[in-house]
Amino acid sequence: MKKIKTFPLGGIHPNKYKLTADSPIIDAGLPEYVYIPIKQHIGAPAKITVQKGDKVKVGTLLADSDGIISADIHSSVSGEVTSLEPIEGEFGYYEDCITIKVEGDEFEKEIDTSPELITEIPEADIIAQRIRESGIVGMGGAGFPTPVKTTVPPNRKARILIVNGIECEPFLTADGRLMIEKAEEIIIGAKILNKLLNIQNAIIAIDENKPEAIEIMQRLSKRYVGVNVQVCATKYPQGGEKQLIKAITGKEVPSGKLPIDIGCIVQNVATVFAVYEAVQKKKPLFERIITISGDECKHPANYRVRIGTPANYLIEKAGGASEEVAQIIYGGPMMGSSIINTQAPVTKLTGGILLLSDSLSHKKEEQNCIRCSKCAEVCPMGLQPYLIGKLVKEDMFEEVKDCHALDCIECGCCAYTCPANIPLLDYCKLAKSELKRNR
Amino acid sequence: MSDTIITNIYVLDAIAVSAAIILYFVSKKFKTRENHKISEIDECLPQANCGACGKAGCRDFATACANSNEEEFSKLYCTVGGKDVMDKIADILGYSKQETKEETVAVLRCNGSCQNAPAKKIYDGISSCRIAVGISSSPNGCPEGCVHLGDCVKACPFGAIHMDKASQMPIVDENKCTSCGKCVKTCPRGLFELRPRGKNGKRVYVACRNTQKGNIARKNCKVACIGCQKCTSINSLVKVKNNLSYIPTTVSAEKYGAELAKTCPTGAIIYINGTEKTEKAHEKN
Repeated sequence: MKKIKTFPLGGIHPNKYKLTADSPIIDAGLPEYVYIPIKQHIGAPAKITVQKGDKVKVGTLLADSDGIISADIHSSVSGEVTSLEPIEGEFGYYEDCITIKVEGDEFEKEIDTSPELITEIPEADIIAQRIRESGIVGMGGAGFPTPVKTTVPPNRKARILIVNGIECEPFLTADGRLMIEKAEEIIIGAKILNKLLNIQNAIIAIDENKPEAIEIMQRLSKRYVGVNVQVCATKYPQGGEKQLIKAITGKEVPSGKLPIDIGCIVQNVATVFAVYEAVQKKKPLFERIITISGDECKHPANYRVRIGTPANYLIEKAGGASEEVAQIIYGGPMMGSSIINTQAPVTKLTGGILLLSDSLSHKKEEQNCIRCSKCAEVCPMGLQPYLIGKLVKEDMFEEVKDCHALDCIECGCCAYTCPANIPLLDYCKLAKSELKRNR
Repeated sequence: MSDTIITNIYVLDAIAVSAAIILYFVSKKFKTRENHKISEIDECLPQANCGACGKAGCRDFATACANSNEEEFSKLYCTVGGKDVMDKIADILGYSKQETKEETVAVLRCNGSCQNAPAKKIYDGISSCRIAVGISSSPNGCPEGCVHLGDCVKACPFGAIHMDKASQMPIVDENKCTSCGKCVKTCPRGLFELRPRGKNGKRVYVACRNTQKGNIARKNCKVACIGCQKCTSINSLVKVKNNLSYIPTTVSAEKYGAELAKTCPTGAIIYINGTEKTEKAHEKN
């Protein structure tokens, strides 16, 4: 067995709470209505191409990408478009949305729904076209459109593809289950991306606490040339792009640069699986795996969910929210955000819905910094969060720039460790937004 | 014994004299002559160091004035000191006096108070608008409105802004406001605007920044601009863009103000007739 790798600087070991690591993926079924937001990615919102009253099938194009950094939106159900009015999103803001009343479950003709594995890989230009037409975005949470990410700038060369199978956030198990159940599809997906990027090497990175996934991946990857499995230590934020590159290649992404500048491309396993489905099965991105969990969740599970399903439908499926639930979180507990409207739909980027009790989620009172330097010790980017926090309080943004606040990856290790409960992450976020505003 | 003391005195005197001679020549050689006008101008300035003039502080502004020629000087302006101060500086420099510039005042283009736009959720993070809008959404659901945490109050160097207890909205004291523009820069939603004080303190503006469609904007806030275009019929200079009306400063408040405010069906247009206070005008709607 190869050496277990990890990033050298900082990191924390929060409680894992992986309640759903052994529960297989179940189909969440179809809700009565789905609400599909037209902006589920970074960049310009897509342009709506359907009219009110149109009949749509699963996989029908609903909104066309507008500009280079944008992604297509497809219908996740079959039925009738009932409204194009904005609806209240998860944070209480109204967002442009396509509402569809579900009628039956009819797929578009070209979508291959058979469970058969297709190993034959088409030509690079066909791959690029299918990825673009399928509206695939980075499903790790950032939502950067994949066609843009897989287009290498002319003066750069991709050397290595890293498939990010690390799920370092507590509670979430969606990617881990996907790797166990769809291992071979992910490997073929990695081969497809390799062909598209014209590179030979793909490394599937999995963290140590997923022995089942590691075993399956290692066994299957032997059949495919150029695909290797690398086990990484269980440490937060091992799944961060920059941390993963450092762990696997030993190279550091320079400040202000992108991974492609040092020849790396990192893709989440869910994205790679979506690429497989899009290229081999002609299936646009209309469903994803979501973990419903949390200490107040009655029946935590991993669901295969159609995009646009309202969160409360899923919460009901998992046993409903009791009165003890203090916060409902979209994403992981470290980087996710608390939502106020449970009517809001899940998007391509929602990896989990967590129902947390007050003891796990409430903010403690901020006290004075005792200069213990724990935040600097755990910062995976080697920053000094206490200093950034101090300078932000005094409005000294010029000096914050010299502290390299823009390199912060917002992982939240500093705020997690701080014994004085200083919300250092919030200060870092403010520093970043102010620096970007004044640039 | 006495020899030692005398020797010491001689040695120290010799060092002192030689040092004095060296310092005399050095100071002759490296003498810098500061423009005495800089200190003179600096004394006229309000010493607020607010940076509204675009310079690092009052001293920097004074230096810029002293080093300017007539043409450059006409572009420099101290908003805090106003016309009086600029006239004094012109006298010192011997330049012609600047033309009268219309005095401005900061106005808040939002009226989403607790009563008009009730909060739907509780934010329990750090009490700072800029942090709150970065990590969370507005309590009342308006993506452009005031979040009531008072960064502008802290930013104002003249203490001209205070939080109204009842409405939880910042209120600009127009007597104290020097239109330095600090609040404009600080507010993460860009709700403040520097507008002319107007004749007899009469001014009219749209107290809303929401660009959502009318029906949605109204769901969150009673006094939101719904982009109904009624105000455009009164004066063609008023423009509605992205479901939001904007009244340019060229529209005379004296002539059209009262009518504009009366026409607005939601009460998003605020008319201040000079005699009543800003908060009263905001409350009425």
